[in-house]
Amino acid sequence: MEPINARFAIEWPGFNLTVDLELPGRGVTGLFGHSGSGKTTLLRCIAGLVRAPEGRLVFRGEIWQDANTWVPTHRRSLGYVFQEASLFPHLTVMGNLRYGQKRAPSSVGAEDRVSLDQAIALLGIDHLLTRKPDRLSGGERQRVAIARALAVSPRVLLMDEPLAALDIARKQEILPYLERLHDELAIPVLYVSHAPDEVARLADHLVVMDGGRVLASGPLKETLARLDLPTAFSEDAGVVIEAVVASHDENYHLSRLDFPGGNVVVAQRKEPVGHRLRLRVHARDVSLALERATGTSIANLLPATVVEIADADTPGHCLVRLDAGGTPLIARITRRSLDHLGVARGKAMWAQIKAVALLGD
Amino acid sequence: MLLSETDLQSIWLTLRLAGVVTLILFIVGTPVAWWLARTRSRLKGPVGAVVALPLVLPPSVLGFYLLVTMGPNGPVGQLTQALGLGVLPFTFWGLVVASVFYSLPFMVQPVQNAFEAIGNRPLEVAATLRASPLDTFFTVALPLAAPGFVTAGILTFAHTVGEFGVVLMIGGNIPGVTRVASVQIYDHVEAMEYGDAHRLAAIMLIFSFLVLLALYLWRPNQKNT
Repeated sequence: MEPINARFAIEWPGFNLTVDLELPGRGVTGLFGHSGSGKTTLLRCIAGLVRAPEGRLVFRGEIWQDANTWVPTHRRSLGYVFQEASLFPHLTVMGNLRYGQKRAPSSVGAEDRVSLDQAIALLGIDHLLTRKPDRLSGGERQRVAIARALAVSPRVLLMDEPLAALDIARKQEILPYLERLHDELAIPVLYVSHAPDEVARLADHLVVMDGGRVLASGPLKETLARLDLPTAFSEDAGVVIEAVVASHDENYHLSRLDFPGGNVVVAQRKEPVGHRLRLRVHARDVSLALERATGTSIANLLPATVVEIADADTPGHCLVRLDAGGTPLIARITRRSLDHLGVARGKAMWAQIKAVALLGD
Repeated sequence: MLLSETDLQSIWLTLRLAGVVTLILFIVGTPVAWWLARTRSRLKGPVGAVVALPLVLPPSVLGFYLLVTMGPNGPVGQLTQALGLGVLPFTFWGLVVASVFYSLPFMVQPVQNAFEAIGNRPLEVAATLRASPLDTFFTVALPLAAPGFVTAGILTFAHTVGEFGVVLMIGGNIPGVTRVASVQIYDHVEAMEYGDAHRLAAIMLIFSFLVLLALYLWRPNQKNT
């Protein structure tokens, strides 16, 4: 898959954006940063809703913007989901879905074409088609908005914090649908978010932005495990692990999840053996020991090597990046423990994982 | 209650004038309102002020300038004569032109407000759904601004019906041509025909009240999404 190359420079009063990025042409790319970091403006530049005076955008070999070219938004093969659903209030759900679908050029290859039925089924909105937007709940509206964006058979889906305007219950309602998109769609998705958990759950590739600049761009697992990024400086610092359900223990109602370099045991899962799952291990839930602890209730112990030590969000703590047989881990421990245990780069230790968050619950 | 032939003639003329003017203003006023609602040009202020002028100007002032401009020696008069249309003052179409100017703010301002209330977002959404700007205007902006158009149409029609000063200046008082209902009432009063004046005045009063009542009772049947 050819990549997306984006280079933009914007100078507005009080805001600058300088990016030069190559984004993968497949999978979900999370654009992560605090508000004001420029992630939404970057997305709007890619969509052509903002015209950066000096910009160059090559979408999988097709020039959308350079010194001599400007393809207006309505000629770009993209789908866009805004933070608020922004459905057309004068049209029914079906009218909203058909609005873009009937304007989509028929030149899209049959294999890339998302049919209206497919979009409706993916988002589970077939019972809403005849309703007006004001008769929908917030979560339903956002699902219709996502289906509407897909129904134009876009070659890329741009999502600007699609869950930010929803409460936690509505978020949990929509996230499974977004995961289905991830699993079933061939097109790349650019997903803007300031919520680490959303990004950890959905993204394959992560772009971290701050102050209008790109701090990092790389595969999710490696980028989340970096200690020099603001992602590491929050309460939510941690890593993501791709694991496979290896076995179920019916006696104790536990499941074993395997990943490169080890395994963890968690409360029993309903997924069958062989199913892939994403785990999130927060740095605050990982502690370190010199030897394999025996008299402990913590079941998940992994041998790991210290790779790097860095400052944490408080002066009393530090972050330790570990390599557990190919899987990166971050532990947040006190400075006192660091000195006491003699933690140093290259040292072999045991990581004790107190809790594992399964993404997808 | 019986109305005389000339009374009926003046009512018919009034309705015809108001209808034609409203129709023309839908076509002329909409692009002006769209431009005023969307532009970031420095001309927005001056153009907006010119559009609003008839709200504060005495009708006789507007009528006077139009009379001079459209008269045989005025620039517009010269043009219409060169085109073989003759001069416009003291004709029905002279009244139409004058009324279009006079009622312009009653069309432009409600429509402009309606366009502004839509905001940028629905237009951006339409663009991401492959709609060209023109397509977006007709399929998104116009339907969403529909309540504003209803208000603007009613106000424009009613305001044109209630015109007097401009008509007198530009149209004079020619039966069947420029003698609208308001002028007819004036004639009745001048001639001490208070009974006739009463009948016509009462019709105007009831008409105006009903129009405004309809406007205040009417609520667009849509909620925010």
